[in-house]
Amino acid sequence: MSNTDLNAFRADTRAWLEANCPAEMRDGIRDEDTICWGGRNWQFTSEAQKVWLDRMAAKGWTVPSWPVEYGGAGLDRAHQKVLSEELDAIGARWPLQSFGIWMLGPALLAFGTHEQKLQYLPPIARGEIRWCQGYSEPGAGSDLASVQTKAVSDGDHYIVNGQKVWTSYADKADCIFALVRTDPDAKKHLGISFLLIDMETPGVSTKPIRLISGSSPFCETFFDDVRVPKSNVVGTEHRGWDVAKHLLTHEREMISGGGAGLLGTRSLGAVLAEHGGAMDAVTRAEALACEVDQLAVGLTLERYKDQAEAGGGVGDASAMLKYEGTELNKRRHELLMTAGGADALQWDGIHAGLAADWLRTKANSIEGGTSEVMLSIISRRILGLPG
Amino acid sequence: MTTLMMSEDETMLQDAARGFLDGAAPVSHLRGLRDAGKTHDAALWAEMAAMGWTGVLVPEEAGGSDMGHAAAGVLAQEMGKTLVTSPFLSTAVMAATALRQVASDRAKEALGRIAEGAVIYALAVDETHKHDPEATTMQAMSDGNGFRLTGTKGFVVDGANADRLLVLARADAGLTLFDLPADRAGITRTANGMIDARDAATIEFEDVQATGDDVLGTVGDAMHVLEPALNAGQAALAAEMAGLAAGAFGMTVGYLKERKQFGIEIGRFQALQHRAAHLWCESEVTASAVRNAARMLDEDIDNATMAVSLAKARATATAKLAVIEGVQMHGGIGMTDAFDMGFYMKRARVAAEWLGDYGYHAERVAAARGF
Repeated sequence: MSNTDLNAFRADTRAWLEANCPAEMRDGIRDEDTICWGGRNWQFTSEAQKVWLDRMAAKGWTVPSWPVEYGGAGLDRAHQKVLSEELDAIGARWPLQSFGIWMLGPALLAFGTHEQKLQYLPPIARGEIRWCQGYSEPGAGSDLASVQTKAVSDGDHYIVNGQKVWTSYADKADCIFALVRTDPDAKKHLGISFLLIDMETPGVSTKPIRLISGSSPFCETFFDDVRVPKSNVVGTEHRGWDVAKHLLTHEREMISGGGAGLLGTRSLGAVLAEHGGAMDAVTRAEALACEVDQLAVGLTLERYKDQAEAGGGVGDASAMLKYEGTELNKRRHELLMTAGGADALQWDGIHAGLAADWLRTKANSIEGGTSEVMLSIISRRILGLPG
Repeated sequence: MTTLMMSEDETMLQDAARGFLDGAAPVSHLRGLRDAGKTHDAALWAEMAAMGWTGVLVPEEAGGSDMGHAAAGVLAQEMGKTLVTSPFLSTAVMAATALRQVASDRAKEALGRIAEGAVIYALAVDETHKHDPEATTMQAMSDGNGFRLTGTKGFVVDGANADRLLVLARADAGLTLFDLPADRAGITRTANGMIDARDAATIEFEDVQATGDDVLGTVGDAMHVLEPALNAGQAALAAEMAGLAAGAFGMTVGYLKERKQFGIEIGRFQALQHRAAHLWCESEVTASAVRNAARMLDEDIDNATMAVSLAKARATATAKLAVIEGVQMHGGIGMTDAFDMGFYMKRARVAAEWLGDYGYHAERVAAARGF
């Protein structure tokens, strides 16, 4: 691909965005409150949000890297980068974010049949179906492979019974991708299947969990004699762990973005100045170190993206990206709270949301595999230490 | 912009460098020099020149291989892995970068001599215990058409072995860089007994005469020449420290796998596994910053300062962690002179200080980021 192609693509993209991105969607705000998650029950916050989603989906730009036949635009990384830069340039909000895009999509692209891809991917790209992830269980947190939710064979269906926990937005999702035990006699990693379940199926129920941050993004999800077609298994029956591992890699990369992606490229110094003004010497020293580390972690994400794009994959190093990104995000939010001082301690007021965000970051190094699990993965699989 | 991955050429250079250095300059080479009371191996330097390393940043028309800063970083990193002792950074990286900022026949000739391995340069910049070029007080008094330099430079790395010195002094017009023979009348060099067993000297200048021809670049505008040189040196030093960290880490992980205590390999203890894994993560993050600094120097050297300081700050922190963990995880043997880890620790400390410590570079990042 030549620079001429890229320049032409940039010009076309800029013109198209100028003509098609509604003014209300250009305020540069990309926080939790402005995200469009899509789904059967999604209530658009404005007509502009709906128009923006529909137009971007029609271009395949909600999932630009996916193949065109599955709702994407088939863009390589260089073109994706141009698109992303042009979206940044006009301060465009994301048209759509979802676990379908981040997690299930990549897993289906790698493990799904052509029919499954045709059935599930385009509705994700268009924001019609919202997915949630059913991995963790009360007895299976860091030890994820010890899932107990049972799927017992009954003709061409399974009967699913059990409970999931920490299911993000289960109460708002249309469907769930879940790890279920289909062979209770096999070794624990080998008796698991990766199963797609419609949340409207009789026997599925959810209950939100209130967090220390005051919000309830997570749920408990219960399965009580839920009938699911066997054709909803992704990959090979009993070998769902392979799919899960692949998907966890994507999840780690997504969460690691907290270190540089979600935080954007803004200087911590500038953000701290907004929140508190002058810093004492001790806080300033901590902030400098945090800024240095944030820039370096951002470059590391870039380097591994380059490597993945070149076909080298990221593999187990995603554990490093997740560990570094999430621990950094926690440090950063501690500094923001320090800068805000007493003003940051109220739920509302001039720093509304800061305390809730700070509390929320404490889950970053737990969800998707704890920092300790990441270090164990690196120790065994990368360093080759005995274990 | 090029990617942050190593190119095929760079990987080949790395393999070639590793192959050569494992034979010619393992850590035992440094130990041998130290035990013999030497800080330079002329034969090793000549071999580096023969391979084109000393000309890595010398333009082809001046006789160099002009492979660029990324390649210089690859070489520095491989040297760091086994603590290779040579004036590579002072001469082939910093002096070469300074000289190529100047379009003159003399500079071109000097560059050619660097490429040939025929000259050793040292930068005489620092005056106090901390790196701070802008605070230079050494006077270059006007004297007819020339200058007289008086003052003391400290921590002049490779200063005792150098044939020529790049000396930063303050003239009436401002900071000025002089390119002087190290044996000019009035220059007294004292080799310091450094903890890393390498060459650093204290150099006194007493009424040292310099002509306008001795000025590198423009009188009063030293930074035009010196700043790119310092940036290049800092980036290469960061690469050396990343290599140093990798060398120390390799020894440590190897030890975790073989050393038994309480009947099992100590690498089975999670307390040590997690510390080793943390160190690996930190090394990966630092590697990105180091690659980025070299990329910026090759693509936009005038705007590379933040990238360079980011790399030097990160590499300083990571190398420190690597040698502290290296000694601790080796236990008592790590404290013995007979074992190599101490060499890594001492070099990491000297490299941390040279060309600006963590605080100096973090502040430069902060300034660029609006703190």
